[in-house]
Amino acid sequence: MQNAIIALADGLVLSGKLIGSPGTIGGELVFNTSMTGYQETLTDPSYAGEIITFTFPLIGNYGWTERDDQSRSIYANGIVVSSLSDAKDNWMAVKSLSDRLAEEDKRGIEGVDTRVITQRLRSAGAMNCIITSELTESEAVAAAQDWPDLSVQDLVGSVTCKEAYDWDEPLEDGIEHPEPRLKIAAFDYGIKFGILRAMRDRGMIARVFPANARAEDVRAWKPDGIFLSNGPGDPKTCIDYLRDTILDLGSNIPMMGICLGHQLIGLSFGLDTYKLKFGHRGANHPVKDLENGRVHITSQNHGYAVNAPPDDHDLVLTHVNVNDGSVEGFRHRELPLFSVQYHPEGCPGPLDSLYLFDVFAKMMAGS
Amino acid sequence: MPRNANIKKVMVIGSGPIVIGQAAEFDYAGSQACRALREEGVEVVLINSNPATIMTDVDTADRVYIEPMDAAHIEAIIAREKPDGILPTLGGQTGLNLAVEIWEAGIPQKYGINLLGTTFESIKQAEDRELFKKTMQAIDMPIPASTIATSMEESLEFADKLGFPLIIRPAYTLGGSGGGIAYNFGEFRHIVSTGIIASRTSQILIEECVVGWKEVEYEVMRDAADNCITVCNMENLDAMGVHTGDSMVVAPSLTLTDREYQMLRSASLAIIRKLKICGGCNVQFALSPKDLRYYVIEVNPRVSRSSALASKATGYPIARAAAKIALGLNLDEITNAVTGKTKASFEPALDYVVVKIPRWPFDKFHDANKTLGTQMKATGEVMSIDRTFKGAFLKALSALEVKLVSFRTQHFAHFLDEDLRSFLSVPTDGRIFAIFEALYRGWDPYDLSKLTYIDPFFINHFNELIGEEILARSIYADRDDEAQMSLFNNKVSTESEEEQEPELTRAHLNHWKRLGLTDCMIGGMISKSEDEVNNLRMNQDVPIQAVYKEVDTCAAEFEASSPYYYATFEKTGDLKAIESANGLNRRVLVLGGGAIRIGQGIEFDYCITHALMALTKMGYEAVIVNNNPETVSTDFDLSDALFFEPLTTESVLDIIAQIKPLGVVAQFGGQTSINLAIPLWQHGVNILGTTAGSIEVTEDRKLFDALMGELGILRPIGITTTDYDAAPELGNELKYPVLVRPSFVLGGRAMEIIYSSEGMRNYILRNRYAFRNHPLLIDQYHPGIELEIDLVSDGETVIIPGVMEHIERAGVHSGDSMAVYPPQSVSQSFIDRIVEMSTAIARRINARGMINIQFVLSAGKLYVLEVNPRASRTVPFISKVTGLPLIPMAMHAVMGGRLAELPGIEAGLYPPQDLVAVKAPVFSFSKMQEVDVGLGPEMKSTGEVMGIARDYPTALAKAMAAAGIPIPENVEGLGVLITLADTDKDDGLSVARRLAFLGTKVYATEGTARILNEAGIPAEAVKKLHEGRPHIADHVESGAFKLVVNTISDNKAAEVDGLKIRRSAVEHNIPVITSLDTARALLSVLEGRRSRKPGTTITAINDVPVRWQEMSFAR
Repeated sequence: MQNAIIALADGLVLSGKLIGSPGTIGGELVFNTSMTGYQETLTDPSYAGEIITFTFPLIGNYGWTERDDQSRSIYANGIVVSSLSDAKDNWMAVKSLSDRLAEEDKRGIEGVDTRVITQRLRSAGAMNCIITSELTESEAVAAAQDWPDLSVQDLVGSVTCKEAYDWDEPLEDGIEHPEPRLKIAAFDYGIKFGILRAMRDRGMIARVFPANARAEDVRAWKPDGIFLSNGPGDPKTCIDYLRDTILDLGSNIPMMGICLGHQLIGLSFGLDTYKLKFGHRGANHPVKDLENGRVHITSQNHGYAVNAPPDDHDLVLTHVNVNDGSVEGFRHRELPLFSVQYHPEGCPGPLDSLYLFDVFAKMMAGS
Repeated sequence: MPRNANIKKVMVIGSGPIVIGQAAEFDYAGSQACRALREEGVEVVLINSNPATIMTDVDTADRVYIEPMDAAHIEAIIAREKPDGILPTLGGQTGLNLAVEIWEAGIPQKYGINLLGTTFESIKQAEDRELFKKTMQAIDMPIPASTIATSMEESLEFADKLGFPLIIRPAYTLGGSGGGIAYNFGEFRHIVSTGIIASRTSQILIEECVVGWKEVEYEVMRDAADNCITVCNMENLDAMGVHTGDSMVVAPSLTLTDREYQMLRSASLAIIRKLKICGGCNVQFALSPKDLRYYVIEVNPRVSRSSALASKATGYPIARAAAKIALGLNLDEITNAVTGKTKASFEPALDYVVVKIPRWPFDKFHDANKTLGTQMKATGEVMSIDRTFKGAFLKALSALEVKLVSFRTQHFAHFLDEDLRSFLSVPTDGRIFAIFEALYRGWDPYDLSKLTYIDPFFINHFNELIGEEILARSIYADRDDEAQMSLFNNKVSTESEEEQEPELTRAHLNHWKRLGLTDCMIGGMISKSEDEVNNLRMNQDVPIQAVYKEVDTCAAEFEASSPYYYATFEKTGDLKAIESANGLNRRVLVLGGGAIRIGQGIEFDYCITHALMALTKMGYEAVIVNNNPETVSTDFDLSDALFFEPLTTESVLDIIAQIKPLGVVAQFGGQTSINLAIPLWQHGVNILGTTAGSIEVTEDRKLFDALMGELGILRPIGITTTDYDAAPELGNELKYPVLVRPSFVLGGRAMEIIYSSEGMRNYILRNRYAFRNHPLLIDQYHPGIELEIDLVSDGETVIIPGVMEHIERAGVHSGDSMAVYPPQSVSQSFIDRIVEMSTAIARRINARGMINIQFVLSAGKLYVLEVNPRASRTVPFISKVTGLPLIPMAMHAVMGGRLAELPGIEAGLYPPQDLVAVKAPVFSFSKMQEVDVGLGPEMKSTGEVMGIARDYPTALAKAMAAAGIPIPENVEGLGVLITLADTDKDDGLSVARRLAFLGTKVYATEGTARILNEAGIPAEAVKKLHEGRPHIADHVESGAFKLVVNTISDNKAAEVDGLKIRRSAVEHNIPVITSLDTARALLSVLEGRRSRKPGTTITAINDVPVRWQEMSFAR
């Protein structure tokens, strides 16, 4: 295998083996601490523009399965792993992770000390990096420093669907699927299929709309609820063209938001967002529900967060992160609207919060 | 919820003696929980019959009762201490069963107290097979088709319906004892009958067997607010069918997709919620390797072996959290003690792979059936951590003290293909090496996976390792020495034509170390010694050496302050810089004891733990290396740094190279650690305490004989010979009886006491093939009273806390005999002589620290049998009963202090305490089929208990009761079978007479019965096995005997019968006594009963007068 290096914008350079074809790729370097679910992570459009360091040292162990993709392609710019496995022995696997990376011509680096990278990101914060098999160390560091920042890229625009479509994936055998009773208009800012599947499992049928769909077009479909999806990048890069639609629909139809959707609701209702030092990416984040004191372990993937609403704000804080106290969810004081920063659908990660989709269903039934 | 302020005093039930299925993990969990309770200001009352534990230290609990674990003693303690609640989930299955028993008897209710944490109803739902089944069905959890049976008829009916294979599990047993997998009616009948006997409720579960499915476990926590987390999941390498305690395990799971992982995680949470467990719980699943089907196999509503492993694997202290939850705290109110920042309500993220491999006792039990099934057989386990599966796996092998030079082992290299194939199809302790051999022969990994049910993911990893060896041998095996040296010589000029070569080989070496191959193994691959390989990698410009990474519960996401490390061959480690700027190095490395095994049990972890605590008190930086996840010594907050690594010269030297301690303490971790003293010393390591040279004197036969001669001390004369035919005659020269054994380790076989030259001829005949030309050691055997002391010495002052007298005569391994403190039948002059001899030996070898000496008093003469230059298994017992904490004293001497400096210390022998304490061994024979239960010179016990009282008979009675020898209130008409070896017939008469006098009904084989009758002792004759029916075994089966006294002869023909009788009795839960001394001890208890009213007395160890108070003596 060919040698490669990963160069961070702050000058840290590690050498390893190249994954994929010779060349150079850059992106914002982040780390994810999940021990399973690399497939769901890699296909999560929220990772667009990023290079993912997996802290778990063996990646690829169970191959690549047919039904766990969260979108049609791999959105991350690249991957950083300690050891890459070519296995595809799990009964669900149809190919190996390496096969899939090759299909998408994705690049990465293997055999580097991912713990060192994680520690660097933890102390210095998320930063850009370059993985290259052709540049020298100093060239690569310079290229990392020049790599465009997430805050100047409209990544939502690049990952959203071009036209609305109905979620009609064939249903899986062996599980009961209730008859569809509710129509959900799901805004695709980079939506994960796991969300659509979770809704379908609860009798919700979704039409997926492009991020910039107009409120009246959505209303014309007569949805029972509006769903704002997860997605990549800085919410402020797209809020300007989304705010009105969100406020319009949110004031009239029950609305649920997840991740970027949650941040956009926050921004729309006048709260501010900020960039976390190194984000929350993993499957073990404890979130406390302030309304009943319960703690749930959640799946998370976000680099930005919403500021806590003041006491008299229309949005009422409902969930906080047990580790750092950051905002994890709020609901509207009057409107049937709520959102969470984390991923109730898991994919990958715990399914403790799937009940939120039931909450959404009840909200629609009640309105 | 904040903690319940009404709970001020809590009773904790321990797990009792170490037996297979219940080892040191409960001392770890129990003592951690006790500390956690006391942190919350709760007073802790403890009952645990096992003295060899940290849990039963007076510093661990406020009131410690080392008493038999039965309802009567618990009630007496409750009545005296009046606790506010009982915590039943920390003492393993023993503790849980006892809690169920007392609850059903209404004892806690009588005193108005409750079970804390998990309720009685929850325990019943998880433990009672019928209730469990209903509960699981209520939440749609799939469980295997099964039935509960209490009789053979019901069982057979079910088997008829469902077909084979079937699993049989008795209810309420630990380590699956009495269970198994049946593939046909014959096996089925056998397992069902033993299972019904093994179960406390005569209930067995018969279930559909999903052999070959993946076995996956989750460790789950829940608090009273219904918050739930999973701490960790674990995947067994060995598929369903092998008990999880006997399976190699990896954490986290490596072959499960996220979908599979989350499916089982969600199921675990649903189960713990349904059962309303408050605390920790373990859920075992069988997962289909072909689809998303799974079964819930078992739920343990308590801390367990797996929870100990999960705690060590993740850094998450499960027992600590469980104890706090029992007091009413919620998970998000408990701080994660490792990060100090986050809360206990999170799930650890690992950035490494953990492998556990069991340690089996087949080296001691050579005749045992080595097939692994649903009944656990391992006595202990090792755990290892690395960044890859290969690295962690290889490290675990080294931690087991298996020293490989090739993946191809001698044993299997000679197997024919078809034999190898059939060997592979049955899980055994040695199967992994057979897999290596098959891969070495180029067998298809997928084919092997089908044969072994081990996932191809793992087999492929093994295959890659074997590929490395084959490749390395092909490159390096042909080269001559010089060529090889030049390849490794880094200093080769870069101008040279062979510029690429040195680079390539450094890369190889680097690659092999990263894979986790040991220096020894690499040496084997390239025809070099271990030391040469070590030199090659360390003497490079940039040495190839291990770095140490932290176990931090969070994959580096947060900064952690846990000094818990593992080695890996990457470039950057997490070790903090060595602070020795002022030249004051106060770092001390203590060597641990590794896996629990027969002969090296929990006692050594007690010693290591105390050594660490003493070092801390003395102001040193205490560092430990150990690899046993079940131990207290590897708890996250016990040392200044914990290295979870193999106890091998290579691993320890690597650690030393990084942390540069001022010295190494090797005398507390049993034979494992003391064996490292000499090799480490040869590598220039400073061995603290007794020097390596002195250690050698005690271990080398010649040097030792010379020393004893010089000091005028008698020891049994011995001869070494390779002329086996001369042995009978040599025996005559030494005078029979003699103790004979081969000079090399033979898996514990062939060590025997021989009484005649004919016996010797027989012995040679039976074992000749096994000697393989190794010398035979023949020693005089002096039957007599064995005595034992542990002393502390600084080379000048010698402190002897007390003398222990063994109840069984010399010839029974000291670990298997009962011992009493203070001695009951030895005159003061001999005690004085023991003190004199011990002091002389300790001074002569300039011992610094602990020494253990064993004596035998025979025909009025005292002989020294053994001098062990280390802490022994009796240290915790003697420390507790004499009120003298020996290890802190010893550490003072080890670190160079003078004992005379210690305030309040007295030299010589301390006068006996005003109490009698008896230590009794506990065996795990019911777990090991086909093992002879007879006692002899090889140790067989797995654990010990203690009885303490004002008088000897009561102490004895307590010890026996605690060891599971029931002492009936009324012996009138009790059936006792007596069969005696010829050599014991005279002594046996008096025992039989006393038994008969007590009113028992004595049975004996015809010959013995006649002798007894002639002596006027009523005895009923029963038929031997070949004399027609009903014979002895039939009577055992029918329950005619409640006790079997069966002494062992050196006549192997007679022994075949004896062995069968003993085994049959064990399988029917009938106590077997194989030494007349034990029988006499039992008689003195029974006779004592007639004159005194039986009653339950209890003694808190905290009330034993303390004669020396350990204090901070920082220098």
